[in-house]
Amino acid sequence: MSTLEIRDLHVSVETKEGTKQILRGVDLTVASGETHAIMGPNGSGKSTLAYSLAGHPKYQVTGGSVTLDGADVLAMTVDERARAGLFLAMQYPVEVPGVSVSNFLRTAKTAVDGQAPPLRTWVKDVKAAMAQLRMDAEFAERSVNEGFSGGEKKRHEILQMELLRPSFAILDETDSGLDVDALRVVSDGINRAREATGAGLLLITHYTRILRYVRPDYVHVFVAGRLAEEGGPELADRLEEEGYDRFEQVPA
Amino acid sequence: MTTQTQDPAAPDPTALRDVVALPLDHQQATLDQAHRHGVVPEASRAERRTSFDPADFPVPTGREEEWRFTPTAPLAPLFADGTGRVEGHDITVAVVAPPGVDVERVGHDDPRLGTAGAPGDRAAAVAWASADEATVVTVKASAASATTVTVRGTGTAPSAAHLLVRAAPGASGTVVVDHTGTATLAETVEIVAEPGSHLTVVSLQTWDEATVHAANHRIALADDAVVKHVVVTLGGSVVRVAPDARFTGPGGGLTMLGLYYADTGQHLEHRLFVDHAVPQCRSRVTYKGALQGEGAHSVWVGDVLIRAAAEGTDTYEQNRNLLLTDGARADSVPNLEIETGLIEGAGHASATGRFDDEQLFYLRSRGIPETEARRLVVRGFFAELLAEIGVPEVEARLLAHIEAELATSLGRSATGPEPTS
Repeated sequence: MSTLEIRDLHVSVETKEGTKQILRGVDLTVASGETHAIMGPNGSGKSTLAYSLAGHPKYQVTGGSVTLDGADVLAMTVDERARAGLFLAMQYPVEVPGVSVSNFLRTAKTAVDGQAPPLRTWVKDVKAAMAQLRMDAEFAERSVNEGFSGGEKKRHEILQMELLRPSFAILDETDSGLDVDALRVVSDGINRAREATGAGLLLITHYTRILRYVRPDYVHVFVAGRLAEEGGPELADRLEEEGYDRFEQVPA
Repeated sequence: MTTQTQDPAAPDPTALRDVVALPLDHQQATLDQAHRHGVVPEASRAERRTSFDPADFPVPTGREEEWRFTPTAPLAPLFADGTGRVEGHDITVAVVAPPGVDVERVGHDDPRLGTAGAPGDRAAAVAWASADEATVVTVKASAASATTVTVRGTGTAPSAAHLLVRAAPGASGTVVVDHTGTATLAETVEIVAEPGSHLTVVSLQTWDEATVHAANHRIALADDAVVKHVVVTLGGSVVRVAPDARFTGPGGGLTMLGLYYADTGQHLEHRLFVDHAVPQCRSRVTYKGALQGEGAHSVWVGDVLIRAAAEGTDTYEQNRNLLLTDGARADSVPNLEIETGLIEGAGHASATGRFDDEQLFYLRSRGIPETEARRLVVRGFFAELLAEIGVPEVEARLLAHIEAELATSLGRSATGPEPTS
């Protein structure tokens, strides 16, 4: 049983117009096995939260804390965070030419586990996970994300989540750009990983669509850099009907 | 065909000079006569002087178009001001050849020498004029294994060497020319591919660090000849390799591959000329380089000339540079001159980029430590090129070299101790 605690998190970015405050005091506690949906309008800071937790250098933490079972996540490097059990499924995964998916996955698994995976079971695990995500076997020999369609990139992100078995996964708009079939395949993968590992999930999304397949325990509404409201799955249904207007009309 | 330039995250203007980015679409071949692109030299490549006589080339000052990126002072001994000859003998040449390959040592009056073309610059003319003998490697049949020519430098006296590699009609084979040791060398490498032959020539520059080397490779492809020309430059202080290729009969196919890795203070220069003088020939040029450390400098100039007679030409050239640290500089200049619109295709691309921080972030976000992530990206940068070289013994050596170079760079750029777990 692990706990990811975010306390009063303030984050800014440098822009041409100067420093811009994006997160303005985020408080959130996620325990193992819990799924928290974070919903909000575009530009509310959802993705900033995701990248800040992963340690992207573009985002400057100006206040607050993030701890994983008491350990200071903000003091860790990007790769240390991943080895501590955090995983970020990115909205726009990056192409790495010349590095094959199979080499990448094995290298990442070795790094996260601190030892190389046993060859025989590993190859089998990768094949099985790819098959379940309906990824063709030739995928393993392609360069990481290079020439992947939007849907292929998302499957590849979830493939990594299934294989790396993080204790907390942040899924940044994993549903965007997926048709309904792909959404189901990807959602099944998320559910499998959640069940297999008991991971806590932070599911960042603009739409309620994915929440039909990946049921959240909690739904948070993210507006103007902080959590404006919290509820159960029924809150998502309400947002579906009402949109975000009533939050945005409240002066921040 | 478009020119692509990867946008480096935060370009340091001192580190990125002459990154050429030109909108270009030669597929729509509605071209003017004598259409030119790139940083246009003052004269067409067709008018550039070639000569066997050093006196026909003034001693370079560094202000000339073809020397403007080159540190001429260290190369001065190879310009041989006055005599036009270098007199040293600090070079040994040894050849190991399989059956089907003849090896000869011949006098410089041998009529087979000079048939691939005339020297294109002062150092090349000095190399020609100074060599009293030449090594001739003739691939007569289909050789099963590679021929290895070891050119070894044994001192710094300015010396010359001449190698002729020939492939007889229909023959096929691979010749690896390995340059090692310490030398001040002006070198001629002639490559003559007779009709229908398939020839791969790999020139490795793995010199010790004090070496100064100016080489002119002159390549002639007869009807339906297929040549793969590979240049790998890793060692040396100042190394300038100038491959000049020309098609003498239709149906030829030329692949030119280059890989270089410039370290602190190294100047590695590759200056190519592909002369499409006859119809229905194809050329593909791919050079890739990594640079690291203060004063690491690479120059790539790719001139392609499609003459009026060369209808049906299909050509594409590209150069990619990866700047791994601050203080390194890559100059990259593709030039394409097209004198006929009746071509299959012509294009070029040049891109010089810094290490991509987003790639690094992506890999690290999967737990991969920074050093390992950098290694993956650099290996990935060269992976396709290495596979294309297609000479297994060369590939293995190159991988080892790249690993060693990376170890230096990573040692330097690491910001803190890596966790062991």
